Amino acid sequence: MAEWINTIIQGILLGGLYALFAAGLSLIFGIMRLVNLAHGDLIVLAAFAILAIAAWLGLDPFLATLFAIPVMFAVGFGLQHVLLNRTLGRDLLPPLLVTFGLSIIIQNGLMEAFSADSQLLRSGEIGTASISLGGGVAFGVLPLITFLSAIAVIMALNLLFYRTELGRAFRATSDDLEIAQVMGIDHKRIFAMAMGIAMIVVTIAALYLGMRANFDPTIGPARLIYAFEAVIIGGLGSLWGTLIGGMIIGLAQTIGAAVNPEWQILAGHVAFLIVLVLRPRGLFPRAFD
Amino acid sequence: MDLFWQVAAWQQNKDDDRCRPASKPATARAYRSQIGAGHGRLLAALGIALVGLLIVLPTFASRNAIQDLIFIFYMLALAQYWNLLAGYAGLVSVGQQAFVGLGAYLLFALTIFADMDPILAILLAGAFAGLCAVPTAFVVFRLRGAYFAIGTWVVAEVYRLVLAQFKSLGGGTGTSLPPSVTNSVVGIEWVKTVFDVRTPAARDIVTYWIALALVSGTVFAVYWILRSRRGLALAAIRDSEAAAESVGVDNFRTKFWVYVFAAVGTGMIGALIYLQKARISPDAAFSVLDWTAYVIFIVVIGGIGTIEGPIIGVIVFYLMQTYLSSYGTWYLILLGALAIVIMLFAPKGIWGYVSERWGLVLFPVRRKLNVTEEAK
Amino acid sequence: MRLLETRALKSFYGDFQALYGIDTFLDQSETVAIIGANGAGKSTYLKSIAGLIRNEPDSVVFDGSPIGAMSAASVMKLGIALVPEGRRLFPSLSVEENLLIGRYGRQASGPWSLEEIYRLFPILRERRNAASTTLSGGQQQMAAIGRALISNPRVLLCDEISLGLAPIVIRDIYAALPRIKEAGTSLIIVEQDIVQALQVADRVYCFQEGRLSLSGRPDELSRDQIHNAYFGS
Repeated sequence: MAEWINTIIQGILLGGLYALFAAGLSLIFGIMRLVNLAHGDLIVLAAFAILAIAAWLGLDPFLATLFAIPVMFAVGFGLQHVLLNRTLGRDLLPPLLVTFGLSIIIQNGLMEAFSADSQLLRSGEIGTASISLGGGVAFGVLPLITFLSAIAVIMALNLLFYRTELGRAFRATSDDLEIAQVMGIDHKRIFAMAMGIAMIVVTIAALYLGMRANFDPTIGPARLIYAFEAVIIGGLGSLWGTLIGGMIIGLAQTIGAAVNPEWQILAGHVAFLIVLVLRPRGLFPRAFD
Repeated sequence: MDLFWQVAAWQQNKDDDRCRPASKPATARAYRSQIGAGHGRLLAALGIALVGLLIVLPTFASRNAIQDLIFIFYMLALAQYWNLLAGYAGLVSVGQQAFVGLGAYLLFALTIFADMDPILAILLAGAFAGLCAVPTAFVVFRLRGAYFAIGTWVVAEVYRLVLAQFKSLGGGTGTSLPPSVTNSVVGIEWVKTVFDVRTPAARDIVTYWIALALVSGTVFAVYWILRSRRGLALAAIRDSEAAAESVGVDNFRTKFWVYVFAAVGTGMIGALIYLQKARISPDAAFSVLDWTAYVIFIVVIGGIGTIEGPIIGVIVFYLMQTYLSSYGTWYLILLGALAIVIMLFAPKGIWGYVSERWGLVLFPVRRKLNVTEEAK
Repeated sequence: MRLLETRALKSFYGDFQALYGIDTFLDQSETVAIIGANGAGKSTYLKSIAGLIRNEPDSVVFDGSPIGAMSAASVMKLGIALVPEGRRLFPSLSVEENLLIGRYGRQASGPWSLEEIYRLFPILRERRNAASTTLSGGQQQMAAIGRALISNPRVLLCDEISLGLAPIVIRDIYAALPRIKEAGTSLIIVEQDIVQALQVADRVYCFQEGRLSLSGRPDELSRDQIHNAYFGS
């Protein structure tokens, strides 16, 4: 019995990690209707950045992340400004294929720079500590922190969107690009800002990804898929929905793994497909798209 | 207010004037839709000659050349199907590897467990892939655009993970085709005697002919579809789904059948590929890189939305693969960078550029409207 | 020096030519009305000035500077604000947020603050936190005008503000224009409702199939002249 409770708690907390993966993707799609196929690889890139900074400056991963954040912001800003802004328009092929090409470049670039070896961000005490609720029920401290971080990030993003002038500009641009320009909004800069902010979220996600389990240059696409599944389940345009989506994927995976370890990933995909068939627009879709 | 009513009255009178037809001599206009350029017969003859040449090629070509051509043929066929989906139906799939894997695994299952002739197994593999495409379509068609793309990828992953559960087919590590299967393909004995070669070479020659048949059939089928009414519907859907619906095109049905058709073809190709490789594993048969990334690259660099494009693309890709793939990761970085550059600066690919510059068309599928004035 | 001029303005939508060389001007504190039938090019003219359609640099001159090739965001920052055809409020923003977004690109001092706009259109203050999609057509039009005014523009471009509205609502909206004029804003009004346009304008231009067919002061123009200019002869 305690086993099952643990499984469920694990699944819910894992949802926090997936929500972090998904939040950046959701943000970008919400504002500029861009689906970045390199999103997962950017998470991995951020993880390597944290690793490199930690090694170079002799820091623990949390501090290294603070340094990695401005770096990744610049990467996102630059990427959007130089490359991705050129792909936007009515045609859906260019952004898809350009980000697909980007995905391949990042994966192989990382392999050149860091080799294909598995890496891990040293989490020290936090990585192994656990909280016990008695009766055999226990969960890890790291997953809990991850989950709480996801909630904090989503709250911060919502604050940004609904309480700041920049957030107003994001929403206006997402609603009506032409008239947003008439309001004096430089959409190219806005998009670059949005991508930069998404990269900040990606970096936080990378921290927890790297501490939780091994990572190597090739695991990006799988993260993209989990992020995408969480976004679709949650419903386009809703960040809290993305958290719910992440939790559903996480739960499906942990329950599937408890039944048969080989079924872990498959269970997540099946849960996604079921929701897709029953609720194509997700559980909490936005009113207008 | 007075001015308002006067304006309204003027407007009405003006319209009355406009309604009276002007007097003109009586002529009728005839509108005819025409496909094809003038030199269609010549091109058809050249095409037949080329295929004929390819058929007799094993009589004088080296074994390496034959193996290379097998690779070119099946990559070209995969590219034609992907191009049909993405360039015409607007269905950008990043999950066609699902059908490669499904077809390949069914071939292995049928030949190993049911002792079936491999050529028959290839046909059934196609049918099986087509069957799997039906529920797949119902699921992924709920998504649009880039989300559709990732959705197809997810489904491919599901197929991969499911097939990895089948211990009888090797589970996660995969399995091989025993020589009893690979050497039993119809025609191998005949080739051995006629061409005076040993079994492995004979295998290659027979595989070569199967591949040639598949790719020729593919190109012909795609060409035929695009020239038909369904092809016109596809082009309409690609340009504007709303407009297409408004003139009576059933978007869902059209896209659905194209998707299933592409799955059948891709499944057969997958079966052929792994018949030749004789060794399968889930990661290989469902590889995104081999069966989607490279295919996309071929289509994009050659020219999306044309039949000629993938032909050019596969030749370029073959050359790059031959001379550059030893560079490993740098080669892949180059491919990714090239895809980006082409998409941004030459989105119609090599053939698109050539075709626009010099007005060349090898497979005419566009329709021209001929208007003639005929005096009554 | 004229405040705003168009010189031989030729505008295209792709290959399609919508304007064939339009010469107009607007002086400080003037109100100019543009009338003409559907498809005559009136909206194209406004969009060209606003920067939504790019043209030759010299084809639109503002305060002596060529702005014809500038982007919409840049033009807005100079002080030319557009009230777009069809209102086009932002659905994700509340009424008040829609007003505030109007000064994202340009925060100039002037008579128009949020308070002043609420005084001009009191109904907006009542509905300030409502979703903009819940407003009636007339209220949306008021919000769209307020959104453009809040940046204290020097030139206000109004594209068909009476479109789709009941006559009584149109009257209410046009009743606000004199106060906008008093505050010193110059106006270019594109209107299908000729009566309203002629009542409020200092000068009138008539467009016909992409060309200027008439210009003058309302009291100087005869009914026949306007009829011929509007419909062509």
